[in-house]
Amino acid sequence: MSSSKSTFDEDEVLHELKHYLPAQMPLKDFVHHNTLHSFQDKPFYTALQQASEIFGYNTTLSIEEYRDMYLHEHIEKSILDKIIIDEKGEENFHIWKEKVLNQSYQKPNETKVGRLRNKWKDAYQIDLNAGTRPSLFRILNAYFDQGISIWQFPTDEYGLLGSIKAVEKNSFVSFFKTNRAKKMLLSEKIPTITELLKILVGNDQTLYKQYLYDQQFMHTGWSGMVSTLEQNPHGLLDKKPATLKDLIILELLLEIDALDAELGKNWLPLSEKINIPTLSDIHDFSTDNQEYYQIIKIWQDAFEWSYYDGVLGGLKAHKEKEAKSKEKSFQALFCIDDRECSMRRYLETVDENCETFGVPGFFGVPFWYKPLGGKSYIKLCPVPINPKHLICEIDDHRERRKKDVYLSQHTHRLFRGWVIVNTFGFLSIFKLFWNMFRPSLKLATVSSLKHTSQVSHYTIENKNISDQENGYQIGFTIDEMAVLVENLLRNIGFIENFAKLVYIVGHGATSVNNPHYAAYDCGACSGRPGSINARVFCYMANHSKVREKLLEKNIIIPDTTQFIPAIHDTTRDEFQFYDDVVELSEENKKLHHHNKKIFMQSSDKNSKERACYFDTIDVKQKEKNIHKILKKRSVSLFEPRPELNHANDALCIVARRQLSKDLFLNRRSFLNSYNYSTDLDGIYLFNVLSAAIPVIGGINLEYYFSKVDNHKLGVGTKLSLNVMGLIGVANGIDGDLKTGLPSQMVELHDPVRLMLIIEHKPEVILNTINKSSVLHEWVYNQWINLACFNPYNKLIYVFKNGQFEEYQPIQTIQHIKNIDDFLEHSHDNTHTRIFD
Amino acid sequence: MIYLIPILVVLPLIGLIFGLFTSSKTEKQIGLLALIITSLHIILTPITIVYWFFVGNMNLKEIILYKSIEYEFFIDFYFDHVTAVYLWTGSLLTFMVTIYSKYYLHLEKGYKRFFNSMFLFFLGYNIVVLSGNFETMFIGWEILGISSFLLIAFYRDRYLPIKNAMKVFSIYRIGDVGLILTMWLSHHLWHENITFAKMTNEDIVIGHLTSHSILGTSISIFILLAAIVKSAQLPFSSWLARAMEGPSPSSAIFYGSLSVHMGAFLLMRTFPFWENQLVVRIIVGVLGLTTAFISNYIARVQPSIKGQIAYSSSSQIGLMFLEIALGLEYLALFHFMGNAFLRTYQLLIAPSTVAYLIKEQFYTYNEEIKHQENSLYQKIKNSFYVLSIKEWYLDYFMYRFLWLPLKWAGKTFHFIGNPFILSILLAIYIISRILLHNKISFLPAVEQQLPIVYSLFGLMFIVRSFSERYNVFLAFGLIVMSHLWIDLSVSFNQYFTLDHTLIYLSGILVSGLVGFICLFNLKNKNEKLDLTNFHGYAENHKKTNFIFLLATLGLAGFPITTAFLGKDLIFTHIQSEQILITFITSVCFVVDGIATLRIYTRLFLGEYKKELV
Repeated sequence: MSSSKSTFDEDEVLHELKHYLPAQMPLKDFVHHNTLHSFQDKPFYTALQQASEIFGYNTTLSIEEYRDMYLHEHIEKSILDKIIIDEKGEENFHIWKEKVLNQSYQKPNETKVGRLRNKWKDAYQIDLNAGTRPSLFRILNAYFDQGISIWQFPTDEYGLLGSIKAVEKNSFVSFFKTNRAKKMLLSEKIPTITELLKILVGNDQTLYKQYLYDQQFMHTGWSGMVSTLEQNPHGLLDKKPATLKDLIILELLLEIDALDAELGKNWLPLSEKINIPTLSDIHDFSTDNQEYYQIIKIWQDAFEWSYYDGVLGGLKAHKEKEAKSKEKSFQALFCIDDRECSMRRYLETVDENCETFGVPGFFGVPFWYKPLGGKSYIKLCPVPINPKHLICEIDDHRERRKKDVYLSQHTHRLFRGWVIVNTFGFLSIFKLFWNMFRPSLKLATVSSLKHTSQVSHYTIENKNISDQENGYQIGFTIDEMAVLVENLLRNIGFIENFAKLVYIVGHGATSVNNPHYAAYDCGACSGRPGSINARVFCYMANHSKVREKLLEKNIIIPDTTQFIPAIHDTTRDEFQFYDDVVELSEENKKLHHHNKKIFMQSSDKNSKERACYFDTIDVKQKEKNIHKILKKRSVSLFEPRPELNHANDALCIVARRQLSKDLFLNRRSFLNSYNYSTDLDGIYLFNVLSAAIPVIGGINLEYYFSKVDNHKLGVGTKLSLNVMGLIGVANGIDGDLKTGLPSQMVELHDPVRLMLIIEHKPEVILNTINKSSVLHEWVYNQWINLACFNPYNKLIYVFKNGQFEEYQPIQTIQHIKNIDDFLEHSHDNTHTRIFD
Repeated sequence: MIYLIPILVVLPLIGLIFGLFTSSKTEKQIGLLALIITSLHIILTPITIVYWFFVGNMNLKEIILYKSIEYEFFIDFYFDHVTAVYLWTGSLLTFMVTIYSKYYLHLEKGYKRFFNSMFLFFLGYNIVVLSGNFETMFIGWEILGISSFLLIAFYRDRYLPIKNAMKVFSIYRIGDVGLILTMWLSHHLWHENITFAKMTNEDIVIGHLTSHSILGTSISIFILLAAIVKSAQLPFSSWLARAMEGPSPSSAIFYGSLSVHMGAFLLMRTFPFWENQLVVRIIVGVLGLTTAFISNYIARVQPSIKGQIAYSSSSQIGLMFLEIALGLEYLALFHFMGNAFLRTYQLLIAPSTVAYLIKEQFYTYNEEIKHQENSLYQKIKNSFYVLSIKEWYLDYFMYRFLWLPLKWAGKTFHFIGNPFILSILLAIYIISRILLHNKISFLPAVEQQLPIVYSLFGLMFIVRSFSERYNVFLAFGLIVMSHLWIDLSVSFNQYFTLDHTLIYLSGILVSGLVGFICLFNLKNKNEKLDLTNFHGYAENHKKTNFIFLLATLGLAGFPITTAFLGKDLIFTHIQSEQILITFITSVCFVVDGIATLRIYTRLFLGEYKKELV
């Protein structure tokens, strides 16, 4: 208890609230991030406990679930034993093992949020939420709406509260039920939060902070949205100025209104009506329940290490094979995305002479993008980067937008609606019929394949430095291009042995009927497909002047080498090459023609591996058939799982491809190419980690939290979702906005933290991590686990308590002889295997 | 060939019966069953329609459930062009939604429950559409009500779906009473169980109406009441948007397209009856047009996709009402199909709208400041806007005129829960019963008022049950008692012979007994039984859940026990001019349904809280 904070500091509490509320952007910009980002300054397990105690989130699986996994050997006995000994010492092993396996524990279920405001029920037998929520949500939704309603909120000139006031002042009908709250809103000076709290809670200012937490965390969706938009007003195209303060004042007014309507004007404030017991500060932590959380920690560690141990063992046991020929048939750069993990493996299997690399999918070229006719810019790089360049689409012969009468708003008008209902409405049944049995890309699908086309052209090259729009430079200069290309190539150690063709493969997804479509595309492109970035990069790398500059930097790209941009659609497992925009030499044309077949063959195989996780598909069919089914599935209206995205992601390997080439990583790993031998001091390693960790760590943790508490930190099932104002989703028409991921995306996910494995000397890695406070926080607070494969002595080290310790893997590694047999019969994703 | 009609009805029933026995562990069984049933239905439907096309309208008197000198209850089927259109649309959409849901609901908890609820719905739909008299239709009507409740509350561990399911069910209940009263007055008008086939005979209708014009108008008004409730017309429009809580396919088919058009169906079905009542036609038309406008305003300001679809559907149905009133029946039928197809499609692809509209906005958005002028025009515009955002107080209206009076009455009659008063009232009941049985008559003047007094007791009991927050046994017992009072009231009113009483009360008492056994069963398992919270026992007590639901429905007079028939019988014993008793008894039936289902909801729905790890 701190007695020093006896008075209420409005700004400080507002600041705190904004810190803790969810920070998810509107639907169109959905990007993965750590759901508990506000706790990231604390160690992982401390954060889990605190978030659970303050907000009542489930932050881990339940002890029952862990024990169940133990019974099913999903958690290894040997690993569990080792963890217990490590944590509790040899001498206490038996006591703790018994506790871990058999003792019953009560999950602490007292949450700090809600303690005070719930008392309205005791005080007046009144359900305050029922009285305020529907009006509050409806007003907020109407105000922020981006284009669902035909008749929009009359004004947004004066911010949220000001605009409501303006409408209220100039209307015969009121948003409020009674007079007092209305008058307060309309008065010259709108009452402050403190003044309103005095009416509601009473004179005891120590309660105010608690009350506001209780109130705002009753509907984290809307509060989070308002607070996020306050900090990023550009998140909406149709800007709606608003602050969290506005929202709180509005809600307090609505509460007074609801109470007045129910109890008349003369009711006592909450703390005067009933006796409120002393409440500890929201951030004060009890030391109770320590044992419960210790048990949880042991289980979670055992769960994670059951997987990590196998991977590290695999790396150690795996023998690097010398490449048969130095000459590469072609090279391909993919995104580090875990969905490309198996795709790259199949390419390498089908054509043993090819070589693949992994880099973050924006290919090191950050820019804003403006499509032809677009009214705003799209960011095509990771969210934290603020690009200085703008690339515009200039020439486009695509049919860009087809009007769809069924999706347009006219059907909701009265007479136009009448006409449409009696004409098109009648035809809709045929359309539905057709789409159900013959689904195609024609429908309102969101497809990465439509992101760019062979005939699109862009202002990639800047010829005049003064060429600017809204402060952004249009296109890149030759010098800038050379730097970007060089950086990317050096980051991954790809500075020699260029093949004749180098494919730059962005990725994206296809889905229909999916409000979370942005979560399916490339996270490194702010939730957009990576094809335009691929095109921009290829333009640069193919540019003769850029090559001249690179020559000066000792990167020799032969004239015969050409870069071809492509997109890999991860849902359809389809490749689209933008080969028309590169003037291929005759020889390369032939090669390309041959390579296309290799890509096709590999994607058939890849689709089979993916299909093993969909239990509606018979995987014993021919690969080609399975691939067809997957393509159909991607555009099927009634398929809530067109693909499984990052489900099961658990690993990131920053190393040469040779290190992991023959490991079966089960699509669980991000793969970032990096060659320690060209970067002895870890200069490029820093670039690699700075770009990768926040993106993939965010993806991993969003999946983690959406899985362990799908109800509060995730969306729940997507089947009943309603789209609110084009900015979020909710259940029914009166629900709060839902943040996080739907259950269909995470149901197969194993909630483990990401293990980052880097190939370099331990001291170089430590130095690199210590260079940046961001990386430091991720690693030292254990939001990701870190391991090191030292290429010089082939030993494995694990980061623990601020340093690297040598690690001896326990499990024996199994080998796979025939991948098809294996896929058809095994659903095991805990164990890493080696291909023979 | 004519027996295709009952087959169409029986098909979903077979589905339901088999469905209940499929394993809930695999999806395949129930999915396949649903596919077979709906496929058979969609094959048989066109054959029936073609047959009808050649032979003309069909009437099929099927089963006589009960017969006495003055009263006959029989199941009757009828097939005409309205039936054909509704049957075809319903069959087609159900078939498509089945295919859709088979995949869409994959791995969803409650997969089996969804298809069983759908069979139940489809059964109700077929019965209504094919019904040949009000009694048959009423069976279907009630089934539609309960299946809607189950589908809205599909996500039974969440608060809003349960709350809204209760809300919708309560409003539906008013419509049900409209139909009960229609049947009641019809008996008095026709002195028989009139079939729709007979109603098409203009001479008979006009003959009866000219001598009883007030009765005729009253019947039409009650028909209209049932119709506006089911079709989300004013002032009951607000339920439709709130019904969008289940998985999208169920919202699509049940609220977007089929269920909500049942009001229009009822109007078309009974059109020959009120065709010549100008006043009624004007009321229907004006009501439809008003709804069309107001719902349209509300649709325009809706910022959520499903809310928008719901209100624009309601608005289009308003226009359908107008078309029907104008005698443009074929246009209305066409309009129905268009609206049903379009809304189904829109709801099924609702999530696609995000991508479409965001793209649309990206390319067409023009930044403009929406400035507020200080003019009267602006003021009126704003008022309309705010009014529409508040749904023209429609939801508040339901709260004000349905929930608040109930709450108030519950508080007022709180004393009934007192054991002492309860025993006195029980004693009064037993004495009255004995007096009645032995035909002992005392002051005839008092006796005349007794039915009203007893029915008031019934009302007080049921209302008190509704407001009970702690003791579930008391709440449940009060409901059973309320039925006893109603029965007593009617017995005093007219010669409600003992066998009528037996028919009615056997259903009630059996349901009551079963219900109590379930409650004791829960109590023995140490579950908390208060009514302040939602307990979610459906999750852990699956069998008790199912049996208690049946008991609840039996008690609420659903067509699963003899009480359903008894309910009808009761009304035949109230004279058409006994407005007070009629009113009290019908209010009792409304509240009865709400109170019983409330108990079920509180106990079995909601989130189940585990105690220990």
